[in-house]
Amino acid sequence: MGCCQDHRDEIREDIDLQLLDPVLDEYKGVRGSVIPVLQKTQDIYGYLPRASLSYIAEKLGEKEAKIYGVATFYAQFRMEPIGEHLIMLCQGTACHVNGADRIQMAIEEELKIKDGETTEDGKFTLMIMACLGCCSLAPVMMIGEETYAKLTPESTVKILRDLRNRDHKEVPE
Amino acid sequence: MRVAVGAGSCGYAAGAQKVFDAIKALDLPDCKLEIVGCVGMCYLEPIVDVYNDKGELARYTHVQPDDVAAIFSDEGADDKLILAEDEEILNTQVRIVLRNCGIINPERIEDYVEVGGYEAFKKCVQEMSPEDVIDEIKASGLRGRGGAGFPAWFKWNAARRSPGEDKYMVCNADEGDPGAFMDRSILEGDPHALIEGMLIGAYAMGAKTGIIYVRAEYPLAIKRLEIAIKQAREAGFIGKNIMGIEGLDFDLWIKAGAGAFVCGEETALIASLEGERGMPRLKPPFPAERGYFANPTNINNVETLANVPFILRNGAKAFTQYGTEKSPGTKIFALTGKINKGGLVEIPMGMPLRDVIFKIGGGIQNNRTFKAVQMGGPSGGCIPASLLDTPVDYEHIVQTGAIVGSGGMVVMDETTCMVEMARFFLDFTCRESCGKCTYCRVGTKRILEILERITTGKGKETDIDLLLELCKKVSEGSLCGLGQTAPNPVLTTIRYFRDEYEDHIKNGTCTAKQCTALIAYTINDNCIGCTACARACPVSAISGKVKNKHEIDQEACIRCGQCITTCRFNAIDVS
Repeated sequence: MGCCQDHRDEIREDIDLQLLDPVLDEYKGVRGSVIPVLQKTQDIYGYLPRASLSYIAEKLGEKEAKIYGVATFYAQFRMEPIGEHLIMLCQGTACHVNGADRIQMAIEEELKIKDGETTEDGKFTLMIMACLGCCSLAPVMMIGEETYAKLTPESTVKILRDLRNRDHKEVPE
Repeated sequence: MRVAVGAGSCGYAAGAQKVFDAIKALDLPDCKLEIVGCVGMCYLEPIVDVYNDKGELARYTHVQPDDVAAIFSDEGADDKLILAEDEEILNTQVRIVLRNCGIINPERIEDYVEVGGYEAFKKCVQEMSPEDVIDEIKASGLRGRGGAGFPAWFKWNAARRSPGEDKYMVCNADEGDPGAFMDRSILEGDPHALIEGMLIGAYAMGAKTGIIYVRAEYPLAIKRLEIAIKQAREAGFIGKNIMGIEGLDFDLWIKAGAGAFVCGEETALIASLEGERGMPRLKPPFPAERGYFANPTNINNVETLANVPFILRNGAKAFTQYGTEKSPGTKIFALTGKINKGGLVEIPMGMPLRDVIFKIGGGIQNNRTFKAVQMGGPSGGCIPASLLDTPVDYEHIVQTGAIVGSGGMVVMDETTCMVEMARFFLDFTCRESCGKCTYCRVGTKRILEILERITTGKGKETDIDLLLELCKKVSEGSLCGLGQTAPNPVLTTIRYFRDEYEDHIKNGTCTAKQCTALIAYTINDNCIGCTACARACPVSAISGKVKNKHEIDQEACIRCGQCITTCRFNAIDVS
């Protein structure tokens, strides 16, 4: 798999591939199960570690290139670890018309990251989404399971700072 | 007393959970507190419905946890009651698909059965042959609500006639159109209606397996679907020998999509279900002949299937009394963008666009002027103010260059730049192109590059003609709907807003003052030197002493518009 030999090699070592066995057992012999297997893999590790792709290919009896091809085709799959808080900023039509660009600018400015990047402290990852389906409350973003609606640049920055402060407070406990 | 809290994704985003918890904490006597789906009036969320023992409804809007005590006190909270004008919006609609959304508890099959749920399915299997069912759907004229508007009966019939034992009924719930969320609302608010629609379709075409392909970004919809499938299984509507009828089997499962717009195309969706990259293939053979693992497969969209129980229960005539001859029934539209009353509305086909936007949608925010409405998402187009009297049905909307599509209506005012809008959509289709067809893969990229250079003031005189030529070729040279319709946003904006393109190219100006490369922010004499803008500026481009007029460094300015939002003295000009 020469196509993805890059810096990801450095971070792949500390994953436990055996965590995948129950998933692979569940889908053993089930036709067309590559996507659910990859989804569950991502649930386990938070992303798709390179080694997991080779492991899945071997266990499902598929070509590694195919697994890699599927993993890189769909927007849901990430090939790199994400931060503690995943910010999913909607850039759907309604959000775009209602100023999602300015929200994106505010996030990028506040956290010094761009789409797909993670802050140096590993706290936040920013991902731009096509549409979260909350169009009448635009602009919106989701952080974890929580949806934040009718954002302004100010309220966005406040949400991010509140999250960071909350994490700070939780540390000593 | 029954208290129902609107708990769709939109309700939760507005804080419905906290409101629910606050009501629960009151521990009201003789009170049945429960969740319901979204009634469609997202701009009024969180909504709390209180039904007294006579069944009379008092609907409270914009409810915050602090308001809860007052609502249930003797004095009441009349100031929180829904306004008559908002109630009127609900009454102007014809709610067939959304009939139960916001009314029943989507997590209880009993509630669905109580309002006549699963009766249509019972009627089908007990009194009708599969052919009768198909005839009834044919008589109703039901057309696919997902985009193409293809007659539903035709696909069912084709799948029925296809040889093969193993047939599949697939529901496309991978709502990918940015700006449309009716499917999410149905899944969250009335999942059993979809399941019943699938059961009827499966009976008609002879399918024993059903698959719901749903977006992974809709966790609440997936959760409620899972609950509903489990309940339907326990109630004996899913499984073997359904309702005691020998050989009537149906199994149903959910498959979470992984995020690819192109999977709205039938053959791409099937490829995705099979665990492949979601790339469309040449048709024929159609899925009805060779679909999921080469078996006869029928794919319908959520809204289409949710119409089915109503039609079978009440007869085709009950459906065709609404809408137009060629576009019978109702359609759900998602009103969003610069509109006052955003949300979901279900209207009879044929209603003039003007009524939808102004009567139901309450007009444009901040009393601005209506400029255009974008219909049909990335495959659709922008309809200008001059065509506001167009009836909303498949035939008339297509004539404008847009499409009904899945029903997204994004409303724009004079602050929206139409060239930038076209660029936005091409950016989307360019990224979502699966890459199979050269014209789509490379062509959308080239169109995007031209639009980018126009919006940054580097457009060339020949660009409009070049765009028109490229658009034609991309449309002709693409296999599936994504590529064939990707040029529509460009074509319609050139058709109706050519002057804006020319302004960008020839004069280097953006009429809507949206294209950041073509505008400059300056401070006028209204400035009193309050320093608010300087503090708000994220790049410290504003300088000036307190109580002195400030200045913006044009080199440093990133034109984010923060200053103009912050300024309370109208002291910032955009030119």
